[in-house]
Amino acid sequence: MQDDRKTGEEAPRAGGVFAAGGEGSRWAGTEKLVSGLDGGLNIAHEAADRHVAAGYGAQTAIRWLGKDGSRRELSYAELAAVSSRFASLLRQHGLQRGDSVFSLMGRVPELYACAIGTLKAGMVYTPLFAAFGPEPIRTRLEIGEARVLVTTAALYRRKIAPFRDQLPSLKLVLVTGGEAPEGCVALEPALERAGNQFETVRTGAEDPALVHFTSGTTGKPKGVVHVHGAVVYHAYSGRIALGLEPGAVYWCTADPGWVTGTSYGIIAPLVNRVTMIVDEAEFDLERWYGIIGRERVEIWYSAPTAIRLMMRAGADAAAAFDFSSLTFLASVGEPLNPEAVEWSGKVFPQPFHDNWWQTETGGIMIANLPGMEVKPGSMGKPLPGIVAAILREDSGGLTECGAGETGELALRPDWPSVMRGYLHEEERFAKCFAGGWYLSGDLATRDADGYYWFVGRKDDLIKTSGHLIGPFEVESALIEHPGVAEAAVIGVPDATAGEIVKAYITLNPGYEPSEELEREVRGHARKRLGAAVAPRSVLFRNTLPKTRSGKIMRRLLKARELGLPEGDISTLESDET
Amino acid sequence: MTQTDMRAVFLEELTRVAPDIDPAGVSDGDHLQDDLELDSMDILNLVAALHQRLGIEIPEADYPRIATAGAAAAYLSAAAAAD
Repeated sequence: MQDDRKTGEEAPRAGGVFAAGGEGSRWAGTEKLVSGLDGGLNIAHEAADRHVAAGYGAQTAIRWLGKDGSRRELSYAELAAVSSRFASLLRQHGLQRGDSVFSLMGRVPELYACAIGTLKAGMVYTPLFAAFGPEPIRTRLEIGEARVLVTTAALYRRKIAPFRDQLPSLKLVLVTGGEAPEGCVALEPALERAGNQFETVRTGAEDPALVHFTSGTTGKPKGVVHVHGAVVYHAYSGRIALGLEPGAVYWCTADPGWVTGTSYGIIAPLVNRVTMIVDEAEFDLERWYGIIGRERVEIWYSAPTAIRLMMRAGADAAAAFDFSSLTFLASVGEPLNPEAVEWSGKVFPQPFHDNWWQTETGGIMIANLPGMEVKPGSMGKPLPGIVAAILREDSGGLTECGAGETGELALRPDWPSVMRGYLHEEERFAKCFAGGWYLSGDLATRDADGYYWFVGRKDDLIKTSGHLIGPFEVESALIEHPGVAEAAVIGVPDATAGEIVKAYITLNPGYEPSEELEREVRGHARKRLGAAVAPRSVLFRNTLPKTRSGKIMRRLLKARELGLPEGDISTLESDET
Repeated sequence: MTQTDMRAVFLEELTRVAPDIDPAGVSDGDHLQDDLELDSMDILNLVAALHQRLGIEIPEADYPRIATAGAAAAYLSAAAAAD
């Protein structure tokens, strides 16, 4: 799997992290952050078992807070044991090294056993967002050729059972709890029966470990492949961008279905031997504020939408709570507006430190680091070792922009956690690299002090509440409605979510625009895609603006929505009416 | 407005925000996020819609008190009576 991902000299160097960290490399020395495993490297060993071997087995790895007010503590020794049971269970069911294991659940304790156990068994872990509707789930299970799915009985019945028999690759469905629906295995009794001794598979640094899905502008979502060697960068970036030190109390609020929930919600904190706070509940103002004081949270990694929801509630709502334990606050997902940085600096009183990275980068690339002067609204500076640039394309190829000029944010693709491929999509993968750079698709500027500032996306991807959404996936679901002829989906600015998803549709003969139909179409999209992905508003049009080749010009709809110049419309064949 | 009326108003606004929900299928104890799958943006939109419809301002700290149709009906009718 790993060898066919090299696509010539512009792809990331696949020499392995230890090779990349050799003398003279910018990554020299970072390999000391992990212990290795008899010449191999396995994320599970670095996250759990090596701490037990070093005498820290009794330290709390995860302090889990249930929605119902319950608490559970899981020590590093218990995490190592339960993940071994999970790995044993997978093997008992005949699964092999390299097989893909998907999770579809919220922040429940089983998630961590599943992630670490899968990696321990040398299998490849993919988390899915539990708020996805059945369509996006099915597409991702198919692309990733899922062999195992770990979920809850409720999610299984609602979102998997209707198409289970159409997924030939799926051999095993594990559901949390003591009982399982037909065709599934109950996880709790199965884990009890499975042995708690498991010899961690000696994976190599270049062996695939994780596949995270991310959206593309066109076509299907992309399965981003990450390797075990990425753990070096998880350890390093967790330490220097978030200040994760052994014993620190750390709370990452990210959903486990996205890359942040794995890189900084599981791997980086465990490898750095912190105590993680895991809250099962979704955002709830007083619950969150209460957790910080009660659990003595020191490092808090959250996202702009949640921070803006806190801001909306005002400083008064925070006044009764104790934030004295906090030492470092960070934010990721979309640019954090300067007002939110300043507000948090007064209320907590620590500013949120914005940082920037992507599913493809596997870890934080650019950040307002601990101890660095925060420029509100800026994503910060590249981490030591990361080489970034702002590029523009002209007749001579790619050239670097001057200070203050807008161009594409690019990185030298030689850090340990750079993606190694898109599943089954070599061409799309190769397109991400040019002239020795990884091209992020984000437009940005760099100021004279070296700070980077996000400007927008180069493509039509939508960033809403920290999630990257591909318009094509939304449009495809919309046109499945019998009344919808064509659909164009764009992101429009929103004070809380960053952007919200908005759809323009044309109707088939026999359908007339009405409030009732608008609701029906939105309801249809929500059922298929889930609330986070479906459009929040749907507008009727007679025709949509198209190029001569029949491609819908989303860019033009967006420019009009925002009252911006329409740009080059020479390819426009038929306009919006 | 009685609690029954308030429940009906709540369901009307809820299904405007989340038209995938069949109002007849909503039980008093169904949780907006856990059972009906609303996300935090939906909750904000619902709060804004209720404000516009009823003139009732729901502070963030009270969002858990409208987390089910049953709780919301009681909360909203008490708030309307207090006006």
